[in-house]
This record gives sequence, C-alpha cells and structure tokens, in this order.
Amino acid sequence: MPWSFPARLQQSLPGPSEHGPHFRPRWRFGAVTAMLLLVLGLAVSACGNEAETPNDTPGSLVVYSGRSESLVDPIIQQFKVASGIDVKVRYGGTAEMAATILEEGENSPADVFFAQDPAGLGAVAGRFAPLPESILGTVPAKYRSPEGVWVGLSGRARVTVYNTDKLSPEQLPDDIWGFTDPQWKGRIGWAPTNGSFQAMVTAMQVQWGEEKTRDWLIGIKANEPKAYSNNTSIVAAVGSGEVEVGFPNHYYLYRFLQEEGESFAARNYHFRESGPGGVMLVAGAGILETAPNRENADRFLQFMLSLVAQQYFASQTYEYPVIERVIINRLLTPLEEINAPDIDMADLDDLEGTLALLRETGILP
Amino acid sequence: MTALSLVVPSYIGGFVIVAALGPRGMFQSLLSKLFNIEHLPEIYGLPGAALTLTLLSYPYILLTVRSALWGMDPALEEASRSLGYSRWATFWKVTIPQLRPAISVGALLVGLYTLSDFGAVSLLRFDSFTRVIYLAYQSSFDRGIAAALSLLLVLVALMLLMLEAWTRGRSRYYRSDSGSPRALRPIALGVWRWPALAFCGVVVILALALPMAVLGYWMVRGMQAGQSLDLAWTPMMNSIYVSGLAAVITVAASVPVAVLAVRYPSRLSGFVERSAYIGFALPGIVVSLGLVFFGVRYAPLLYQTLMMLVIAYVILLLPQAIGAVKSSFLQVSPRMEEAALSLGRRPMQIMVRVTLPLIRTGMLAGAGLMFLTAMKELPATLLLSPIGFKTLATTIWSATEEAFFTRAATSAILLVLVSSVPMAFLTLRESGRKG
Repeated sequence: MPWSFPARLQQSLPGPSEHGPHFRPRWRFGAVTAMLLLVLGLAVSACGNEAETPNDTPGSLVVYSGRSESLVDPIIQQFKVASGIDVKVRYGGTAEMAATILEEGENSPADVFFAQDPAGLGAVAGRFAPLPESILGTVPAKYRSPEGVWVGLSGRARVTVYNTDKLSPEQLPDDIWGFTDPQWKGRIGWAPTNGSFQAMVTAMQVQWGEEKTRDWLIGIKANEPKAYSNNTSIVAAVGSGEVEVGFPNHYYLYRFLQEEGESFAARNYHFRESGPGGVMLVAGAGILETAPNRENADRFLQFMLSLVAQQYFASQTYEYPVIERVIINRLLTPLEEINAPDIDMADLDDLEGTLALLRETGILP
Repeated sequence: MTALSLVVPSYIGGFVIVAALGPRGMFQSLLSKLFNIEHLPEIYGLPGAALTLTLLSYPYILLTVRSALWGMDPALEEASRSLGYSRWATFWKVTIPQLRPAISVGALLVGLYTLSDFGAVSLLRFDSFTRVIYLAYQSSFDRGIAAALSLLLVLVALMLLMLEAWTRGRSRYYRSDSGSPRALRPIALGVWRWPALAFCGVVVILALALPMAVLGYWMVRGMQAGQSLDLAWTPMMNSIYVSGLAAVITVAASVPVAVLAVRYPSRLSGFVERSAYIGFALPGIVVSLGLVFFGVRYAPLLYQTLMMLVIAYVILLLPQAIGAVKSSFLQVSPRMEEAALSLGRRPMQIMVRVTLPLIRTGMLAGAGLMFLTAMKELPATLLLSPIGFKTLATTIWSATEEAFFTRAATSAILLVLVSSVPMAFLTLRESGRKG
C-alpha cells in the first residue's frame, strides 16, 4: 500500500501547516529537471535503436507512392527481385504524398513519385526532372505530360455503376448528360471531393466547355445526389441499393466482386456514346529533380512500362495498360468498347477551374 | 474492456456504422426480413457523425473518471452520508464535484478529438471544419489555405481550453486533514443493478460488439468468396513497439507538465500546459506536414526515423497523458510532499517515493490512452515513419482505400485484440488493488 508511507509520517508532524517558501524552488528545479532528463534519456535510447539508411548507397531507390500498397506492392517486389535494387516505398494518399514532397523541397529523399491521378502529378510537376525518350516514347502522347516530366503507367476508365436489382443497362442514358433528367432524382450517388471525379469534370470542360459543364453540375445537383467520400463508398452504396447509380472509376467493382462474390448486386456500365463521362484517366509517375538515385529511378519507370508490369496491372489490378500487346483481364470491357473520348491527360492536370466551378455551384464548400 | 473502442480508427468506425446502420445496411436488411421495415432513421449527417464520434471517444471520459474514482477518498462520501445527506444528494454534492477535474479534462479531450477528426465525418457526410481543411489539401493541393484554416481551428481549441479551465475552477481536490484513505467499498446496487447493467450493455454492444460483428462478417464473407487471410504479424509487432515506446515517453513527459500546472499555477505554467493541447486539436496531417518541413531542414538525422515518429506521437497525443496525470495529481495533497521534505528527504526521492506512487493510477490511465490512440494513429505514421515501416493502422487504411475488406477486417480485429491485452492488464491491476 503506497498510501501508508506518507500517512505514517504525518503522525510525527505538528500538523498541516504552511512550509517555508525556500523549499519550493529546490523542489521545482530538482524534480522537474530530473524528469526532463529522464525523458531525454528515453528519447536518446530510442534513437539508438534506429539503423541509419543513407540514400546514396548504390543500388537503392526511394518511391513515394500515392497508390495503395495492396495494388502496387506485388509488382514493386518483382522489380526488386529482377533488378537487385533495394526499393523502399512510402505509401500514403496521393495528396498527402504530393504535399510531403512540396514541404520537403530540395531535401526530399524521394526518387520517384507514383501518383493516383494526373492532378497529383501536376501538383509537383515543378519538382520533376525531364524523362529520357526511352521512357516517354513507350507511352502514347495523350497519356503523358507535354513537358515530358511524367508518364502514365496504367489507365482507369470513368464508368457508371448501377444496381442490377433495380436497373438494366438499356434503361441507362447514352451519355452522362442523360442523368440530369428529373427521373434520376434521389437515385444518384457521387463523390465530388474525389480526385477522379474532379478530373472527369475537367474533362467535361475540355470537351463541352464551361457553360455546359456548369449546367450538368446544376442539373445533377437538382436531382439531389448523395455525396459519398470516395469511390469505394459509392460502389458499396449502389451494391446495397442505397442509391441506384453512381459515378466511380471502373476497377472498384471488381474488388467488390472478389470480396462478396458474383451475387454482389452492381455492375459497370460504359456509356454508349463517347463523352467525358467515360474518360480514361491514368495513374502515373515522375522522377524528382533532386533524386539521389536517378539511374535506378529510370530503370524503375522502364520496368513499370515493360510488358511484365503492364500485364500485371491489366490482369491483377483490373486496370487498362498504356502500351500495346497486353492481354487484359477477361472481366474487363475491351478498350475498343468503352468509348473513351480522346482527351490529353495534360489538359486535366490543372484543377483550379474545376474547383472554382464546384464551389460556385455550391457542390463543394 | 469498454475502453477498447478508442482503438478503432474513425475511418473504420464510420464505415462500420454505415455498413451496419445505413439506409440499406445490415440492421435494415435484418429488420426488413423480420418486420418488413423499409426505412431507418437517417444515419448520415449530424446524428450519425455524433453517434460514431461519441462511441469512439467516450473512453476518454471513462478512463480519466475511473482513475479519479479510484483515487478518491471514500471518507468524504461517508462523512456526507453520516451528516444526513441521502445517496443522491451525496452523489451530486460530493462525488460529482470531486470528479469535476477528471470529467472536464475528459470532455476536453473528447472535444478536441472531435475537432480534429476527419475519417468519421467524411464517411458520414457531415461537413465539419476539418473536412474543409482536408479538401484544401486533397483537391487544390493548397497548403496555404489549409494552414490558414488550421489556425482558425486552433482558436476554437483555445476556446474549449478556456471553457475547461473555467469549469474546473480553483478548488482543491485533495484531503486536507490527517488520516489515511481506506480502500473503497463496492456499493450494492440492489434492483438498480439491472438498468445499470443494461446501460453498460448497450454502450458495449454499440461501441465494440457491433464493429467487431461487422468486421467478422467481412472476414467470413471474403473467405467464402475465396480471399486469403494473411495476418499482419510484422505490422502488429511494429504497432506494439512504437505505441508502447510512445506511451512510456509521453507519460514521462507529461509528469513535469502536470507538476507545473498543479503545484505552481501561474500564467507561464498555464501557458505551457495549454500549448500542449493544441497539437491534439489539429488534424494529424497538418501537424505531420509541419514536422516534415521542420524535420527535413533542421533535424535531417532524425527525419523519417522511428524517433521522429515517436516525437510526432508525443506532440499529437501528449494532452491525453497530461489530462489523466493531472486529474489524479489534483487529488494528492501537497502536505504529503511537505511532510517528506520536512523529514529530510531530497526532492528527487520525494518524487520517486511519494508523488509518483500516489499518481500511479493517473499515469497508468494516461499510458493506456496513449497506447490505444497511438495504435490507430495514421497521418503521422504514413508521413514520418522510417520508410517501409508498417503498422496495423497503415495496413488497415491501405486495405480500406481499395476495398480489400477481408484484409482490412483481419487487421482491424488484430488491432482490437492486441490492444485488449494492455487494457486487461490495467483493469486487473486496478481491481487487484481494491481488495
């Protein structure tokens, strides 16, 4: 019983009286300083456990990935084995990783930034170094930056996902404009804060012009869509019947089919008419101008554009390849049938206009 | 065990609440089969966000109040009873005022946590201020706006802090006379046992059983659909290691702050204590990016090391430990220390042999809180950990991002199970002391 110690002492005291003021400073300095020293000691001992990993050792590579570990780790491991390079990856959201690179500035330990979308790449474009022709030449011009500082590595199509219990594809409109019809009131789910959605709205401005894009936003808003936080939540909500249609990227559906089986009550629908609602977006990467391991970074991008890696994306992550001669997963709609419009990714990397429009229409706060 | 919901990351908590109680959630499909009920009360917006955050953060109050209850002297209540107050009156006039610092510190933590939360509000579609800050980062990659908005958040946090100081007042919470506090005696609840049990039951079901059931369901469903179960052992060990380290260091760091705040109340000590709370009110991403900026320039040796991560945890989570330690410190009479001093003990000896044992419950509660919240911490872990360092929280996040529910569920269940070990230890220790 820890209590008894001071209590026993109290009996020998004259009574609870005020003590002399000269005790207090000693108490303060002795005890508080000691505690601080203890904290420092713990801190230093924790530091000692940490092995230093200098970045300039030959044979290493640091990748900042805004793409999820679940999707890209297998192929990065393959690169590691094939090249013998010690690849280290930091995973996070694309926006967080971009912000980190910008905060780090000149001192960034990163070689490669692997981003989820063109906007993420555009945000750090000023920090990228030009890529060699051996990399740029592999990818169609519309899937890379015009300044040659980043390349697309895999494609993801914008689609409509619909609930199969309530709708059949014939009931869906030919293009995304059709959803402004009042009959869709209360039946739509979307994710206005999501980067891919915003890229689609940018694509609308490229193809339709600002006026029609604003009308589309106003039209959909009038149909009282439910706003979800991301693509996953949209597909989940369509599958459970919370809403009947939603606008995500195409590959989320296949994750749900894997998790829940064929009975999952949602499928993808590619618009019959080519338009911004079916735009093909890319995830891509660039090399930082401060990259400590420039050569390895080049090799990394070359590998990601090789047949092996592209085949991995096409069959394992249900994405579309950016090079030819790749066989896509049998569940995917063939590239020729998805009616993707011809839009340069480079036109989609500036978000300001889209964000202004989304704020103006009251869709974003 | 009821404190365990603290370890559930809010983006999982939010997702689970939607999956279970959403308009077409599991609860609704059950009801529609049984009673043909088609509509549930709306879960999206304020009600759902409030429910989720309440469930996830009530352990802040539970843990601090519980440790204060253990440290309370039963003689006060007995005196009140012997002077003719009924049990109710005693509860209101003696017990509650005694618990006031613990309650207000707990409430402060809940308030600040809620201010900083992003995951639950975005999944439950409630436009909180944090959400706007995240949008500034996420869509426009605009760190300037985000930083400016964060400063506003700091102002709100300061207001909460002032409110807390005002509630606590200037009272004393230690016994002033001589005599030794005795062990607490359990109160027989009689018939009231049942409503009390029912209330605790509902809380536990909502806060813990419900998420666990949904997670279990995801796991089973994924296995049936042919997903493999891979247990995240390395991330688990990493989580335990770094959270444990952070818990120890933070509690050690919180004692001097609590000493200053309680024994030497002044403008300066008040400022030191309050400033520690700011980190907790800010969204983790804001603090983490600040540390990225600082670390890469001024502490390149520490940058992206385990130490950096622990420092980030301390900055983000320190107020939890301070709150718990301080509220039990308030119950310690300075006479104890003075007595020891007058008997010729040196200050350091007094600290170790008198003060620290007396605030042990608070330190343990603080360590518990720290451990649980460090286990689930995400933004700082993503940005500041040694590269390639994975914890359970990052594994769960990475899996939910891309709808790998089976993997998310196994890791989340692992997270709750692992966290229950130190919680069980803490609870058992406390109950053991009672006898």
